[in-house]
Amino acid sequence: MSEAVQVPVEELQLDPYKYPLEALNPAQPGLFRLDAHLPILKRLREEDPVHYTAESEFGPYWSVTRYEDIKYVDMHHEIFSSEGGITIGDQDEDFTLPMFIAMDPPKHDVQRKVVAPVAGPRNLAALEPTIRGRVCDILDGLPRNQTFNWVDHVSIELTTQMLATLFDFPFEDRRKLTRWSDVATAAPGTGIIETEDQRRAELLECLEYFTRLWHERAARPEPGNDLVSMMAHNPATRDMINRPMEYLGNLILLIVGGNDTTRNSLSGGVLALNQFPAEYDKLRADPSLIPNMVAEIIRWQTPLAHMRRRALVDTELGGKVIKAGDKVVMWYVSGNRDPEMFDNPDAFIIDRPNARSHMSFGFGIHRCMGNRVGEMQLRIAWEEILKRFHKVEVVGEPVRTHSSFVKGYIELPVRLIERA
Amino acid sequence: MPKITFIEHNGKAHEVEAELGLSVMRAAIDNLVPGIDADCGGECSCATCHVYVDEQWMSKVGQPGDREESMLDLNPERAPNSRLSCQIPVTDALDGLVVTVPEFQM
Repeated sequence: MSEAVQVPVEELQLDPYKYPLEALNPAQPGLFRLDAHLPILKRLREEDPVHYTAESEFGPYWSVTRYEDIKYVDMHHEIFSSEGGITIGDQDEDFTLPMFIAMDPPKHDVQRKVVAPVAGPRNLAALEPTIRGRVCDILDGLPRNQTFNWVDHVSIELTTQMLATLFDFPFEDRRKLTRWSDVATAAPGTGIIETEDQRRAELLECLEYFTRLWHERAARPEPGNDLVSMMAHNPATRDMINRPMEYLGNLILLIVGGNDTTRNSLSGGVLALNQFPAEYDKLRADPSLIPNMVAEIIRWQTPLAHMRRRALVDTELGGKVIKAGDKVVMWYVSGNRDPEMFDNPDAFIIDRPNARSHMSFGFGIHRCMGNRVGEMQLRIAWEEILKRFHKVEVVGEPVRTHSSFVKGYIELPVRLIERA
Repeated sequence: MPKITFIEHNGKAHEVEAELGLSVMRAAIDNLVPGIDADCGGECSCATCHVYVDEQWMSKVGQPGDREESMLDLNPERAPNSRLSCQIPVTDALDGLVVTVPEFQM
């Protein structure tokens, strides 16, 4: 991996108590790569829960770190706007991708409604046998008696197949979806792409590919039950093809939303069960805990560490005055570890009673549209893993993503231990 | 205490006693009525306590407020009698209320 934009380890705030409060900058991607983000967020929750960072590579921004405050920001979309971007970094000004996650009502509502049904539980119930079949094939084809990368063999493969199913995307080309998802969220110089120009070029290939699919699907008299057909046939969006950047934006949203999140939760669950072996025992003794464990995995992992808003008016939060125009970062990864909400928050507890109250899906009108898709994939995966293996054993250090947005894994070396 | 009947998607009815001042959602959760998730704990921010109010009760229960409307509006399966049960406070006037729980919360 290139180290081009990475802050040297010694400059990261690994021990946040060594620095004055006002110097704390929890958005440094290196903290997440080193899994060292929690101490700084803990200090902020305790000492400065609505915190201003005056200087960072992303410019000045506010950090909101307590569960209740984050929920408040998420719920008040009329004060805290999503328009223009929902990650701490700004989009490239010459290459802005409008997408409904980064829009306010009423436009947000209109576009979201078009694609929401594909991820709805009704549609998913019909897809479950297909998905289970694919999960079984993936698990049955895994290497035995050797170390392999769980991320690549299982997490990426499974989520990519799911995404290909939802888009009715040519199956043999499905890894293009993985690539576009990675390209869309990676920082230049961190191993995925080298420059913004490269990002632009690859995403335009994505647009070209999907434009072809759009025209094919639009020409069919009966709309198919896939995301592209839905957009091409729905009166609210059928002229979107004339606004290619908006089409691309929504594609990227659906690709990233349906990919990174579940992928990293699939890996995170394996890691969590290895770090908390008593929970693995509990799971083997009672597989009916899987649905609650899925919620706990999503809390513990928090596959998207934050979402960003921008204040539309001067407003007060936690005794601080936030000015109109200021960036406000909701650290979901911190809210999910808030002891006021979750007892013993850093522990992974598969039968935690309030695991479902995690904030990884966000709250309010931007709440994750694909939450049931993700939960279903994780549930099926764990049902089938338990049937096959005594343990998926982590045998080396995971390699984590260099990002304060996508919180995940590039490598997770494992070996399968067969059932006795 | 007012009585509320929750009818599951499969037709199974649950009559529960609801505490005055708490929400209809709370009455379901406290009495282990299946089909209500209430992930956000009752703050009108997740829409997983969706119910269909029996038509005869709509006038007494009333229409959703703005914030509730914006959450309900995201649900492809909302109907004119959809409400979020966390936003319906239990009162004596609702004694006998009947609501149907949808097949899926989303």
